[in-house]
Amino acid sequence: MDIGLSHYLSIGAILFTIGVFGIFLNRKNVIIILMSIELMLLAVNINFVAFSAFLGDLIGQIFVLLILTVAAAEAAIGLAIVVVYFRNRGSIAVDDINLMKG
Amino acid sequence: MSIASAFFYLFAIMTVASAVMVITVRNPVHSVLFLILAFFNSAGLFILLGAEFIAMILVVVYVGAVAVLFLFVVMMLDVDFAELRGGFAKYLPVAGLIGGILLAQLLLVVSAWTFAPEGVLHITEPIPAVASVPNAEAIGRVLYTRYIYFFQLAGLILLVAMVGAIVLTLRHRVGVKRQNIGEQVGRDPNSAIEVKKVETGRGIGMG
Repeated sequence: MDIGLSHYLSIGAILFTIGVFGIFLNRKNVIIILMSIELMLLAVNINFVAFSAFLGDLIGQIFVLLILTVAAAEAAIGLAIVVVYFRNRGSIAVDDINLMKG
Repeated sequence: MSIASAFFYLFAIMTVASAVMVITVRNPVHSVLFLILAFFNSAGLFILLGAEFIAMILVVVYVGAVAVLFLFVVMMLDVDFAELRGGFAKYLPVAGLIGGILLAQLLLVVSAWTFAPEGVLHITEPIPAVASVPNAEAIGRVLYTRYIYFFQLAGLILLVAMVGAIVLTLRHRVGVKRQNIGEQVGRDPNSAIEVKKVETGRGIGMG
């Protein structure tokens, strides 16, 4: 069977679902949650590149570059926040983060 | 089965399997390593799609920068990860329910759609033939001309992220000796040198 666009879109859908699943499964560990977000962004990138290749339009690949930039920035800021939070509280459990309110 | 489809299934299965391992293994360090494996295999998928520049960038940016950053943070923080895994079984049913519904919806969308016939006519930047223009050059020709402002904006986002990360994590410890350049430059002979009159044969009393 020839590999078509639906194959790539299915991979994207499965990866995105795994990302969402990981966020729910590891409710306490911020680092795993950040990694799940990276997986979801990867799924989005696979969709973009697949549509770009099968439609013959280059814009999808340009957009993937911009998404990569934002993902890198998000990971850097997120991990910086985790480090600062760990210095203050000595733990990275998500359940305690609501202590910041008020 | 052709070689291309065999490689597609290899990369696809490896990507999905390592993504599952990322969210289920106990040790976060192993989790980061499986994330790297997932990125490598999806770079293989991108190469199969003819987007080799994106594949290279994915390996360089994600494996070289983001995953190593994750690895540093996981190893630097002295966290009891076993305690953080509590409630894993408790969240499993609701996570499975939501994940199952989402997957079913996405696969329904994926399996039942067609291209609009007029949509194919509105291609903004057609991909040139690989033999005449390589993928990286084609991206460069579009990115540096028509999308130059988006490119600059991406650079600005990275700059803001860098400044933000430094501001968040930089801390000034008290009691650390630092170079004070103003004081150093402001020295003059009166404050730097003390002239003593030494009597012959006596020396100066040291204290």
